[in-house]
Amino acid sequence: MTLSTLLTIAVPEIIILIAAMSVLLLGVFYKNTTSLFGITQLTLLIAAYFTAQLPIDVKLTAFNDMFIVDSLSMFLKLLSYFALSLVLIYSRSFLQIRNLHNGEFYALTLFALLGINLIISSYHLLSLYMGLELLSLSLYTLVAFDRNRPEATEAAMKYFVLGAVASGFLLYGFSMLYGITGSLQIAEISSKLTDASINPVVLSFALVFVVVGIAFKFGAAPFQLWVPDVYQGAATPITMFIGSVPKFASVAMLIRLLFQGLDHMVLDWQAMLLIMAIVSMLFGNITAIAQTKIKRLLAYSAISHVGFMFLGLATGTITGIASALMYIAVYVLMTLASFGLIIHLSNQGKELDQITDLSGLGKQKPWLAFLLLLIFLSLAGIPPTIGFYAKFSIIQATVQFGWIWPAIIAVMSALIGIFYYLRIIKVAYFDEPVKNLDQVSKSSNNELSVTLSINTLALLIIGLFPSSLMDIATLTSALIF
Amino acid sequence: MTGILSLVIWTPIVLGLVLLLIQNKLSTTLTYRLGNFFGFISFLVTLPLYIYFDKGFSGFQFQEMYPWINHFSINYHLGLDGISLPLVLLTSFISWLVIFISSNSIQRAIGFYISVFLILSGLMIGVFLALDAILYYVFWEAMLIPMFLLIGIWGGPNRVYASIKFFLYTVLGSLLMLVAFIYLYNQTASFSILDFYSKPLSLNIQVLIFLAFFMAFAVKIPMWPVHTWLPDAHVEAPTGGSVILAAIMLKLGGYSFIRFAMPISPDALIFLKPFLIGLSLIAIVYIALVAIVQTDMKKLIAYSSISHMGFVTLGLFILNPLGFEGGYVQMISHGFISAALFFAIGVLYDRMHSRNISDYRGVMNSMPIFGSFFVLFAMANSGLPGTSGFVGEFLVILGAMQDHFWIAFFASLTLIFGATYSLWLVKRIIFGEVKNKKIAALKDLNGKEFFVMSVLALMTLAIGIYPALITDITNQSSQVMLGLIQQSKIL
Repeated sequence: MTLSTLLTIAVPEIIILIAAMSVLLLGVFYKNTTSLFGITQLTLLIAAYFTAQLPIDVKLTAFNDMFIVDSLSMFLKLLSYFALSLVLIYSRSFLQIRNLHNGEFYALTLFALLGINLIISSYHLLSLYMGLELLSLSLYTLVAFDRNRPEATEAAMKYFVLGAVASGFLLYGFSMLYGITGSLQIAEISSKLTDASINPVVLSFALVFVVVGIAFKFGAAPFQLWVPDVYQGAATPITMFIGSVPKFASVAMLIRLLFQGLDHMVLDWQAMLLIMAIVSMLFGNITAIAQTKIKRLLAYSAISHVGFMFLGLATGTITGIASALMYIAVYVLMTLASFGLIIHLSNQGKELDQITDLSGLGKQKPWLAFLLLLIFLSLAGIPPTIGFYAKFSIIQATVQFGWIWPAIIAVMSALIGIFYYLRIIKVAYFDEPVKNLDQVSKSSNNELSVTLSINTLALLIIGLFPSSLMDIATLTSALIF
Repeated sequence: MTGILSLVIWTPIVLGLVLLLIQNKLSTTLTYRLGNFFGFISFLVTLPLYIYFDKGFSGFQFQEMYPWINHFSINYHLGLDGISLPLVLLTSFISWLVIFISSNSIQRAIGFYISVFLILSGLMIGVFLALDAILYYVFWEAMLIPMFLLIGIWGGPNRVYASIKFFLYTVLGSLLMLVAFIYLYNQTASFSILDFYSKPLSLNIQVLIFLAFFMAFAVKIPMWPVHTWLPDAHVEAPTGGSVILAAIMLKLGGYSFIRFAMPISPDALIFLKPFLIGLSLIAIVYIALVAIVQTDMKKLIAYSSISHMGFVTLGLFILNPLGFEGGYVQMISHGFISAALFFAIGVLYDRMHSRNISDYRGVMNSMPIFGSFFVLFAMANSGLPGTSGFVGEFLVILGAMQDHFWIAFFASLTLIFGATYSLWLVKRIIFGEVKNKKIAALKDLNGKEFFVMSVLALMTLAIGIYPALITDITNQSSQVMLGLIQQSKIL
């Protein structure tokens, strides 16, 4: 394989790396942060262009099979660029108002993106771990970004300690896998696991550690402890970032490790994922009812959504992967819209913290209230919003696999979820206003409100015509193997 | 005539959205007039359905089918038969009446109020016309959103509780129905209702599927013991919301039993028949007794609705042609009578701002025209011959008699109880000495109210005197449905 083919395969990552370092340097010497915003957006565009140039139907590997480009990597990378681009648009005015708008923010998000890309494309445990650490370290720093707020530092510390434990689990699992197969390359591990001479005890320990590590990174119950604190503690744009783009990397990590590496153990990890799915759905949704702060509520809702995704993946089928890919794309779109709305409402200076701060929105800002209605109905999975089709595909995959009871538990937990999403709509529409929300749009810029409107209306419009998104997810998953 | 069904569904929805967008720029009167005009157009577009409907044809008419979600072979498939036509007309007609009279009672955000009703009516018509399970489900669930907002924004003091209870109760059932749909899809590789009809299934599976449907539709109709959301929703909802709830939303449950639960799982229906008839009889007798002791007139009518819906389910589940026809006529008739009663309560409430029966006495003295209408509808509600209320109940009792004497006996108890609560209500509100000065000063019906009351009275009498108005339309389709229900589908 020549250098030029190697470069073609990895060119988006190389571009992101160069851009990240340049932005870091420029940020030190050059105080015009608006142009850094432009450079980052341009980087995403160029990276997307080069990613889209790669073939979707053949698997290309490079760097001694450490790096793979296939349909999955294309799907998830393009979504990551898109989601990050939206995150940056939403974040800018928020950061500017709070004097946090500087070069490091863009450099760190780009490094995190590089880590995400690396995870998505890794076909080797080392490159996967490398990507994971690059992502995690950038995220720890981002959480502590607003360093004058003690909550942010506390959240970063918690995130760091628990994240390190999770990485440790994963690494321990990897080392056991290496011990029994003598390889770190995912395809090789898969082929060597068929060998009958492998010690099943070590193998199951390895599997457990790997699954626990993945669940930690996802924030699935019972490994969800960091999620609410980090969501609440970090500045809202950072929460938005953590809650959206890295989820793509987690899905890729799960598919690469479990579906491609440990595919012979499917019966074992299936049960683990199913249990975690059910626990996450129920725990997330039930706990969310008791929340009074909106970011915490979204954190618990995130746990339940992860549970739904796990349910699709637990089937271990192509349909299951397709439904999970569909779900993750939809979930990220909804998360971006929900945090975008919070940022928009927080832009008058005081943070939107309590759910009750939303009261009277329907009277004072009918359009924003309508967007809120769409976002939360979509999160609740009520048609005709796209959130319904995401849940629909998961349940369809589950029922197709023959799991009727898990499907019924899933819809019942969705019912519990509907209760607290409705409560937010209730606060916005039915309650009398307690604070004046009139100044919101004045201090916020136009690009944010336009992006928010488009993003939210997309939830409805894709919901009316969900066919193409489903087709893309199905095609992607069919081409993975 | 293809495209007419889409027109019927989307006209109110699009007009509602248009009104929603332009209402801020218009004065209240202009908004009301425009909304009323939109409502009238939405009613007019449904009339061609009646004119061009072929009564001799038993299948689905005006069918439309376009691929929607290819991946799951979900189609945008609409069709109209004799079962759905009267309900579609009822929906568009009652929705227009509700919008027409809204200016009397709604002061706040009338543009929003009317657009919510327009959108709601389009979605409800969509439920009646969808022939694809997922399309049906989307309409079915989407319908909850406007109703939720309606109760929550314009409702009474306990509106938040009532609106959330309404939403959660309904969703609980429909989510299980979704699982049943997906299960059926995995068996038939299609979401078409017609494919579901022809799929043989084992009895166990049929019972599970029936129970999943039952959870969705029994909540909606509602059957005892999952009826408890209805009195709350009715009491808290504004007049228009109560009218739509009673006149149309409850019918969605009955319609869906006929369209889904019964033909898809006919053997389960026979298997569970004693259970279903038991629940229906409890609703008829027990809920009627509950209605007697109510002190709030809206609650009284709400419980009377549940009792009447018990008649509908009894008629449907007795599984013979008389019962089926009776249950269906009862649905349509109740659509007019309950709408009229809720309008009447709205008329009183707008003037007195009270729904307590004890606050009224002798209304007849100051509102003679209203009083006459009220007596007529109360009589119709208790099943007076000559009104539509009689036809349905009589047919159902006849059908029950064919099945078993004691079922008919308990069912006919309602004629006594129904008369008790209806006439006692009339006695306490309409007749007697004038209670106080406020009642003496009441103004009789204004033009709009008179119009609404008289058209509803006309319909009630028309169906009562000439029930073939409904049965001619439904006849062919009912036979097809009964055929499907009576045919065993066990593998």
